[in-house]
Amino acid sequence: MILAKVVGTVVSTRKEAKIEGIKFLLLEKINPSNMQGKGDYLVAMDSVGAGLGEVVFYAAGSSSRMTATTEGKPSDATIISIVDSIDINGEYVYRKDKE
Amino acid sequence: MIFGKIVGTVVSTQIDEGIKGKKCLLAQTCNYKGEVDDNYLVAVDLVGAGVEEIVIISQGSSARQTESTYQKPVDCVIVGIVDMVEEHNKIVFKK
Repeated sequence: MILAKVVGTVVSTRKEAKIEGIKFLLLEKINPSNMQGKGDYLVAMDSVGAGLGEVVFYAAGSSSRMTATTEGKPSDATIISIVDSIDINGEYVYRKDKE
Repeated sequence: MIFGKIVGTVVSTQIDEGIKGKKCLLAQTCNYKGEVDDNYLVAVDLVGAGVEEIVIISQGSSARQTESTYQKPVDCVIVGIVDMVEEHNKIVFKK
């Protein structure tokens, strides 16, 4: 799974019937060592209720269809977790409650 | 499979039901000598790996071919801890 930050939402009215009512979020992949964005963006479906500014990780490929929200849907990237904290070598590099 | 070096942990309470309770580690990808590059992955730990260890990581749908990740939204699992890597009869990595 890859770490990313929610930087926006994607709205689409004309879309495949199966993905009606599913929330799409715009993600920017991040480098956890400095928590900076990598300038690499993607659209992901959301199974956990993530919101703007939150750090998340997503499952890609066929694994992204293994959630209750995306089962049988044409998804290839699904947010499966909102991150509370990340530590590297025993030191916090990110804590949601300290943001 | 690829090599990764465990650098930390990722903690999450709002997480999909399918992977609730599983230990998620932060791994930096590396070459067979254990030299890291600048790419990070969150991987589900199946073997009890710890920080600084070099591990084998399975990605994609293969990551779901284990008992605890079967039909779960997981695309990256740690399947082994590397003790030693040998190349042309020479040890290039040893734990």
